Amino acid sequence: MSSADWWALFAHFLAMSMLAVGGAVAVAPEIHRYVVEQRGWIDDTQFSAAIALAQASPGPNLLFVPVVGHAIAGLPGALVALAGILIPSTTLALTASRWGQKRRETRGVRAFVAGMAPVTIGLLLSAGTVLTAPLARQPVALLLVGVTVLLSAKTRIGPVWLIAAGAAVGAAGWV
Amino acid sequence: MSAGAPGAADEPGGGACISDAESPPSPRAPHEVLVAFNALALKGFGGVLPVAQHELVDKRRWLTHEQFLETLSVGQVLPGPNIVNMALMIGDRFFGWRGAMAALAGLLLAPLAIVLALAMLYARFGTEPVAAGAIRGMGAVAAGLIFAMGVKLAPTLRKNPLPIALCAGAALATWGIVGFLRVPMAWAVLGLGGAMVAIGWLRLGRAP
Repeated sequence: MSSADWWALFAHFLAMSMLAVGGAVAVAPEIHRYVVEQRGWIDDTQFSAAIALAQASPGPNLLFVPVVGHAIAGLPGALVALAGILIPSTTLALTASRWGQKRRETRGVRAFVAGMAPVTIGLLLSAGTVLTAPLARQPVALLLVGVTVLLSAKTRIGPVWLIAAGAAVGAAGWV
Repeated sequence: MSAGAPGAADEPGGGACISDAESPPSPRAPHEVLVAFNALALKGFGGVLPVAQHELVDKRRWLTHEQFLETLSVGQVLPGPNIVNMALMIGDRFFGWRGAMAALAGLLLAPLAIVLALAMLYARFGTEPVAAGAIRGMGAVAAGLIFAMGVKLAPTLRKNPLPIALCAGAALATWGIVGFLRVPMAWAVLGLGGAMVAIGWLRLGRAP
């Protein structure tokens, strides 16, 4: 990593922070596009592993960001990525929360929430697509994706059990 | 109204017995905020929001259900992860920026250490066939979980003030553009999102 690369990494996550209106997972497709497709810093496997590790750990899903940073450039990479994704939104949340609290029933804020909701859903489906695309030629993995969608959407089974089941299926060599 | 609150909608109203007249207990010092957020972060597998509601409203009673919902709806409008924004606002409510930082540290530090330890194990042993297989399986499930988040939020579009067909169209267009064409997300968010917010602005102005 050159110092220009470090700045690019930091700047990318700064920008992602401001775009993450639907949560950190909503910007996963864009992080993938940049760090995997454009920069080639890590590959699909490492990116999927970062998401999987974050989902398997306790705490907010946003922690996939430092794991991506770790895969790119070790511990310093993890800290730079985390600082990048936190600083802009944190600053804004602290300065704007009181402002927003008073205006949440106003036309502008309601229009924002109403207009962004469908886009957020589209971004979540995109994140799923980006993670599924590398599995296109692996029928068992695709089946695992499909079964997870069904169980997660139709039952109240906790995600940690599904992740554990996925790990077991994979460790057995079926995926 | 709810842009990203799957947890808030299907959570039972467990705190209904708590009377509003009673003043809720408050944390006495920032470190209590840190401890509380640390505890709820470590309990939150695959989503911290439902745990946060249980811990902060039902158990510790620092917030009423109404205050929790208020904080959530503001946290959603702001960029950044909802739970991080909520933690900042709740910490800020009690102890200003020191409380906000305590909440953020409590929410992130221990889970960060855990996930980075896992990442290091993965970097070390990720090429072992069994570990690589397990991670591939977990990755497929992770993809499914994220799809399911989108699927579970889709019915909330029926309550959206914008027509359902328009909402569905915008969601599908975003999916196609970002998920399949892999167009930079800023274009989709600023273009489609901007257009949708503008339409929302016009419609909300007409209908009372």
